[in-house]
Amino acid sequence: MAKNAQPVVAGNRKSLWKQVYQQKGLYLLLLPGLIYLIVFKYIPMLGVVIAFQNFSPFLGFTGSPWVGFDQFKLFFTGNDFWMLMRNTLGISLLNLIFYFPAPIILALFLNEIRCSWYKRLAQTLVYIPHFISFVIVASLSYTLFNVNDGIIHEILLAITGKNIDILSKPQYFWGLIVGQSIWKESGYGTIVFLAALSGVDVQLYEAAKVDGAGRWRLMWHVTLPAIKSTIVIMLIMRVGSLLNTGYEQIFLMRNSLNVSKAEVIDTYVYTRGISGGQYSYSTAVGLFKSIVGMVMVLSADRLAKKMGESGLY
Amino acid sequence: MAAAKTKNKIKRSVGDQIVQVLIYIFVGVFAVSTVLPFLYVVAGSFATEKELTQRAFFIIPHEWSLNAFRYIINDGAIFRGLKNSAFVTIVGTFVNMAFTTTFAYPLSRKYLKGRNFFMNMVIITMLFSGGMIPGYLLISGLGMLDSFASLILPGAISVFNMVIVKNFFQEIPTELEEAAKIDGCSDIGIFFKIILPLSKPVIASISLFYAVGHWNDYFNAMLYIRDPNKEVVQIALRRIVLLAGGANPDGSPIDFGEFGAPPEKAVKMAATVVSTVPILVVYPFVQKYFTKGVMVGAVKG
Repeated sequence: MAKNAQPVVAGNRKSLWKQVYQQKGLYLLLLPGLIYLIVFKYIPMLGVVIAFQNFSPFLGFTGSPWVGFDQFKLFFTGNDFWMLMRNTLGISLLNLIFYFPAPIILALFLNEIRCSWYKRLAQTLVYIPHFISFVIVASLSYTLFNVNDGIIHEILLAITGKNIDILSKPQYFWGLIVGQSIWKESGYGTIVFLAALSGVDVQLYEAAKVDGAGRWRLMWHVTLPAIKSTIVIMLIMRVGSLLNTGYEQIFLMRNSLNVSKAEVIDTYVYTRGISGGQYSYSTAVGLFKSIVGMVMVLSADRLAKKMGESGLY
Repeated sequence: MAAAKTKNKIKRSVGDQIVQVLIYIFVGVFAVSTVLPFLYVVAGSFATEKELTQRAFFIIPHEWSLNAFRYIINDGAIFRGLKNSAFVTIVGTFVNMAFTTTFAYPLSRKYLKGRNFFMNMVIITMLFSGGMIPGYLLISGLGMLDSFASLILPGAISVFNMVIVKNFFQEIPTELEEAAKIDGCSDIGIFFKIILPLSKPVIASISLFYAVGHWNDYFNAMLYIRDPNKEVVQIALRRIVLLAGGANPDGSPIDFGEFGAPPEKAVKMAATVVSTVPILVVYPFVQKYFTKGVMVGAVKG
């Protein structure tokens, strides 16, 4: 049928309506996804209006009284604001410093391994924790770190001679979270870097070696430039989600003893909003997080483009 | 392997060899550290409570016992959780794939009228979201609280996965599509008869990502499900891990009634094993696909 054929030939111009009609099958395929986006993504975006109300489920969106920026004022002037910012940024920055480079280093090391069965076995093992739920990671952490019979607790006791309670002392909480992230995700995170590394032309290495480059110079001048743009893209995404600390992980490791270092924006929104029923206040807190996140992604993206990288959008 | 050959030709210094050995050891230690906790948990689930209290770590128990598994079978909660999670995972992954592939295909066609508009619609959802509370109010407003739909529909499309699928579709040679069009095949026909059958690797890996997400989901179930009969496996597991400690979440001691105090440590471990096995069984079969899937996603689109 000629009428279904796409205008592959240049210059075969038709009216917009006719072209749209020809593509009706494609629009039909697009429809379920569009409805999904509107219902589950865009309607909740409009739902943020309750941050400017004193929302009550009985009065609804239209009946609840408008209070302007009162909820935001309450949040910014309250005692919790600085505690939340300290914990959220503290965990995020530690993640950025220690967890972000971990898969890159591991990928560089895996790349140096020439023994192929060893490399394959190592890869198979390090990917596994990615597929394990945080409920299990939390449970494993309790098994290993608890002060009664946790093996890591006993090892630390033997080495330092001190009784280190990692699970309930607030000062260890950030390190615990970052350590869990490194253990769980750095293996899986190598995939994207190893893929970039496999694309490096072998001749580049040979040429550099002929010129007398050693292991470190090869890594610095050939390997790292090859994965630079991948690193930049991953970095943009990480900077953009600086206020996203992950609900589940922190929620599951948080307890009444370490809460002073464990309450982050995400857990706070849950505690105040869902458990406490302060819908408007917690929506305002969430909206603050969304806006800061958006500004940071866009700025990081702009910066990457200025540095000559392609960026995300 | 040309790199390996040239490497051998050049004589290595002693220092270089030491670095090489250190790299092997470091990677080996990290790889072992990712599985050791699991080996201990599996061993512990078959061990007696006495041994678990006496020995801090072991891979093979001195004395084997099935008491922990008997306890969780009697208790029944974990199996109800497994059943509910299996349902959510199977139906949920199917819904995910249906929405994701149908949405990705038109967006992968550069000639689609309004493609930029639709892509921008997607990108906006990556940049900004309403947050937890408006999402919760929507689910409750739609009457979806306490239904499995609340665990399936709100995450029907993950933008990240959708972009991976779209990039894969873009790589398929357009000649195939043009030939089919000349033969009178419609766009929908092309999608089902040509594009989907050619996309098995990406479908396998993305299905795995979605399935693992459903199986491991804890937070959404905690938000939306109150009915104990609809408890999913991660919630059941969390409850067993907390309760087997002999205390309610608020710290008060539990009255165990006629069964008496359970073999608490072994029970935690047995519950962990039972809820992890399904993933570890599937893992070896899909491993070769997911590396491919992630690599396709690494191509910017």
